[in-house]
Amino acid sequence: MSLITEAQVVLDLDAPDRHVATRTLASTLVADGRCTDLDLFLEDVRKREEQMATGLPGGIGIPHARSAAITTPSLVFGRSAGIDWGAEDGPATLIFLIAAPDGGGQEHLQILAKLARKLMRVDFRQALHDAPDATTVVDIVNREVVNA
Amino acid sequence: MKLVGVTSCPTGIAHTYMAAEALEQAAKAAGHEMIVETQGSAGSDPIPQAVINAADAVVFAHDLEVVDRARFAGKPTIDVGVKKAISDGPGLIAQAVAAAEAFAANPQDAAARVSAAAPAGGGGLTSKVDSGASTATKIRQWLMTGVSYMIPFVAAGGILIAVSFMLAQVAGGEKGAIDVTKLYTLNPAVPTKLTILQNAFNPGNGMHWAALLFLIGAAAFGFLVPILSGFIAFGIADRPGIVPGIVGGFIAASMGAGFLGGIATGFLGGFAARWVSRWKVAKGVRGVMPVVVIPLLSTLITGGLFIVVLGRPIKALMDALTRGLNGMTGSSAIILGLILGAMMGFDLGGPVNKVAYTFATTGLAAAGTATDAPQLKIMAAVMAAGMVAPLAMALATTLRPQLFTEPERENGKAAWLLGASFISEGAIPFAAADPVRIVVSSVIGSSITGALAMGFGTTLRAPHGGIWVLPLIGGFLLFLVALAVGVVVTAGIVVALKQRDHSQAAQALRAAAV
Repeated sequence: MSLITEAQVVLDLDAPDRHVATRTLASTLVADGRCTDLDLFLEDVRKREEQMATGLPGGIGIPHARSAAITTPSLVFGRSAGIDWGAEDGPATLIFLIAAPDGGGQEHLQILAKLARKLMRVDFRQALHDAPDATTVVDIVNREVVNA
Repeated sequence: MKLVGVTSCPTGIAHTYMAAEALEQAAKAAGHEMIVETQGSAGSDPIPQAVINAADAVVFAHDLEVVDRARFAGKPTIDVGVKKAISDGPGLIAQAVAAAEAFAANPQDAAARVSAAAPAGGGGLTSKVDSGASTATKIRQWLMTGVSYMIPFVAAGGILIAVSFMLAQVAGGEKGAIDVTKLYTLNPAVPTKLTILQNAFNPGNGMHWAALLFLIGAAAFGFLVPILSGFIAFGIADRPGIVPGIVGGFIAASMGAGFLGGIATGFLGGFAARWVSRWKVAKGVRGVMPVVVIPLLSTLITGGLFIVVLGRPIKALMDALTRGLNGMTGSSAIILGLILGAMMGFDLGGPVNKVAYTFATTGLAAAGTATDAPQLKIMAAVMAAGMVAPLAMALATTLRPQLFTEPERENGKAAWLLGASFISEGAIPFAAADPVRIVVSSVIGSSITGALAMGFGTTLRAPHGGIWVLPLIGGFLLFLVALAVGVVVTAGIVVALKQRDHSQAAQALRAAAV
């Protein structure tokens, strides 16, 4: 299964706080079997979030977790007007929910590592910020991360 | 400049790589070469040693211990949390470059600072001693390093001995527990009367099984003082401290100076090793310093000083302490239980709690094989008292959930299991949110439990485990009674205090609304 499909893109993400936002994003993983137990996965994400907030400078949030409830490494992308994610410089407008299976095959984890690195690139983030629709988002991720 | 680095984060899938990318990009932008070893979940390609050797400076941006840190020893090092690299990659690179330049200009001076910041190779052993902390904190951390390596020995040995006594009572009747300590040995050279277990072992003989467990447990216990001493010295001097510490500890134990002696040799060994390792020596000698010179001289100094000077006074002190504990009458035992209980409840896993706990666990070795030695009662009292706070919080959140916030209620659920397992830290979230009320109620309840446990004379030979070692507790019903009383008292006080606050706040709101 690929890292992300149109179903895992939520433009106009609207939520009162990061936990609700994470739930909205995570629920897109259920329909195609990427997540077999939503509550367990959300619990794992929450634990990680409580360890240390995952908001980063530049309006980014990267909630993430390894979980027994995840079957394949997946990315859910959310774009919002601004949700507090614990970063010092303001709310997050680009949210990347990264889900990794507990054991994790090497090559899949390599893809997640590549994704994490790309998140540090301004041009990558800008492209996602400006993407007009879900298909474009998937194309960008496939081009820049999966097939790069 | 050539730079190398290591990044890591708890989950290992995001920050590790983001930090690596940030550092590499920032280095490139500033015109330097940088290679980062990502110690995350997607495995890590170790940086070749030749590349590390050629590097001018090292950047560790990590939330986990750097694996194989020894490879980077001797280089100017910047050591920060992983998030710093993500938020300020260029800043870190600049710091690394500055450190490299300072090192190049003045290797002697910078080298001393570098070797203090990056302990050259514990070979995977870790100790949490901060080089910048105050002396009192450092002393505590050195002691705790020793204790933390000692406790698993106490656990293994104590539980084995306790189970062996239980078996011996069953298989050998009344005298079983005494016989198992006296009639068996592993030493083939010992004259006659004793059964040499490895030659005579009969799987059908219950006493033989008891003896098997006892001999293994006693063997583990034999290491308590040497390990305590060895790892105190390790905390002080890193690897060089291990030899003088362990050997010194063994000497202390042989001389009957017990854990007090072990603490003394730990400090002696650590400082002796530190001193010898700092000598300026000829190049040829430098190579054999860690393997020959430091162990030889530091052990000679430590052992010599202890045998000739310090050993006997410390043994006398230890004997006085043991006599005091053995001679403890009913009321002074209860007072001791009260004090230890209060200490356990005071800072929930913090320094005061750890002192009481260490006193109890090191005492276990001195308890020897007596089944109701005072040290065993102290251990039971300390463990019971340490379980009070988290269990009381769990009880309070269950009885009066409306007095607690949502996260506290969640923590309360976890606190049932944490408290049952003697993990006092389970109460910390509550104490953080409401320090005065929680600490006051915790101290009161824990001291009552400690006093009751001592009064009832419950005993325990295992250093940890909570309810999971219930079968090993002597008088476990009374233990549970003592525990329950303290839990109810603490929960009651917490609820009462919070209730009063709650209704005062509600009254204020009503008054304001009107």
